[in-house]
Amino acid sequence: MTALDNITLNEDGFMTVPAEWTEELAAALAEKEGITLTDAHWTVINFCRESAADSGAAPTLREITKGAGVTTKDLFKLFPKGPAKKVAKISGLGKPEGCV
Amino acid sequence: MKTFLILGAGTGGTMVANKMIEILDMEEWRVVIVDRDETHYYQPGFLFIPFGTYSPADVVKPKRNFLPPQVDVIFSDIELIEPEKNRVTLGKAKKKISYDYLVIATGSHIHPEETPGLDDEAAWMKNVFPYYTLDGATKLGNFLKFWKGGRMVLNITEMPIKCPVAPLEFLFLADWFFHERGIRDKVDISFATPLSGAFTKPRASSILGGMLDDKNINLIPEYNIMEVDHGKQVIRSYDETEIGYDVLVTIPTNMGAEVIGNSGMGDELNFVPTNKHTLQTDKWKNVWIIGDAGNVPASKAGSVAHFMLDILIENIHRDMEGLEPLPDFDGHANCYIESGFEKGVLIDFNYDVEPLPGKYPLPGFGPFSLLKESYANHWGKMMFRWMYWNILLKGGEMPFESQMSMAGKWK
Repeated sequence: MTALDNITLNEDGFMTVPAEWTEELAAALAEKEGITLTDAHWTVINFCRESAADSGAAPTLREITKGAGVTTKDLFKLFPKGPAKKVAKISGLGKPEGCV
Repeated sequence: MKTFLILGAGTGGTMVANKMIEILDMEEWRVVIVDRDETHYYQPGFLFIPFGTYSPADVVKPKRNFLPPQVDVIFSDIELIEPEKNRVTLGKAKKKISYDYLVIATGSHIHPEETPGLDDEAAWMKNVFPYYTLDGATKLGNFLKFWKGGRMVLNITEMPIKCPVAPLEFLFLADWFFHERGIRDKVDISFATPLSGAFTKPRASSILGGMLDDKNINLIPEYNIMEVDHGKQVIRSYDETEIGYDVLVTIPTNMGAEVIGNSGMGDELNFVPTNKHTLQTDKWKNVWIIGDAGNVPASKAGSVAHFMLDILIENIHRDMEGLEPLPDFDGHANCYIESGFEKGVLIDFNYDVEPLPGKYPLPGFGPFSLLKESYANHWGKMMFRWMYWNILLKGGEMPFESQMSMAGKWK
């Protein structure tokens, strides 16, 4: 039994009820993506949650690098492959609307 | 006199100008449109130029041909927009125009300089080409005409891009073109994309991905380019994966107009934050958007601008009468996807409904097939150029509804 058993994820793996998100859950979601959370990860996650609370949508990759003060290269190291999507998943936010 | 100002005379701006003169009392209003370029480009036609199907002359006409005589047309750069002062400054003679309503239709453009090494003089337009400009498409055409074969890589730098199906069409047409030239067995075609599959929506992604497979085109998903090393002839991703190329066909970062950034009106990519259902900008009540100048999460394509048109005009009209705008734009997009060998696929979708199989526009009849290859779809695409020049730009009636319909679609 893990923290993930009590929440619902959609077919893409995004949380459907944002209010269910907790910091412990973030760690479990990250582990599912093969990521162990460090302070550097948390800086990005916190920025994304604040940004989404403000705008109502998960931030795009460029919004993250500009807003969280992290280079694109470092962001890819922290969250390999698709950072914007991965951070959104771990932060309990919806899929970023950048791709159409 | 009140002023209705339109910035940009591409597909969106031209359609708006044609519609507004029908609606506004021209005794009370003047309609002004500004663009820096006197030439109108039929951008969907760029795709065919590298393969010799169209020549540059097939895709250009003077902008004035499509703008009604009642409209005041100014050819100039736009230097600054001051939405708090309802004023725009032009590059030409620093002329200032005050407006009552503003429609921004300044589009999106490629920015190769955003990716290190991409536009280095040693390789740019020599074996690294964009085809989202007429110049790039023409030079790529000259290159491919005499190419003996090797590794061709098509790369999307980052999303969003104008016409998200155009890269797939390029690949399908390239496969066909090299077959026709008898050198398909000497060409490796790869598609490196930041998306997780061939396209953004699951069902279409799987069907179109299958077509890539059938045509022996190598799909490399989740590939985020960091730089181009033209000395080694490789592209390198943020996770240090290298892909070698002999010819690199690039879709560079797409951004909104520089004037949007310089005026502090845009997001990180100079797209103006816009209500995705009403097309009014988030910050300024008398400033509206058509086409790809805004940040609405719909495809950045002419068909979308067309579907926005009637809703935009109605909402501006309502606003003039003191009524609230209606949230009627549903993100409707409709794209012919050329698949080579005189066939094509058609997709029809919106914000909520992904592309589905079926018949279009008449349910059960067509003549076009959705999410399936057919000769009729190719014929539709070829006929569309005539419709674009003669009907669409002038704001005429097209046989497609603004809002997407589920009729004729199979779940």
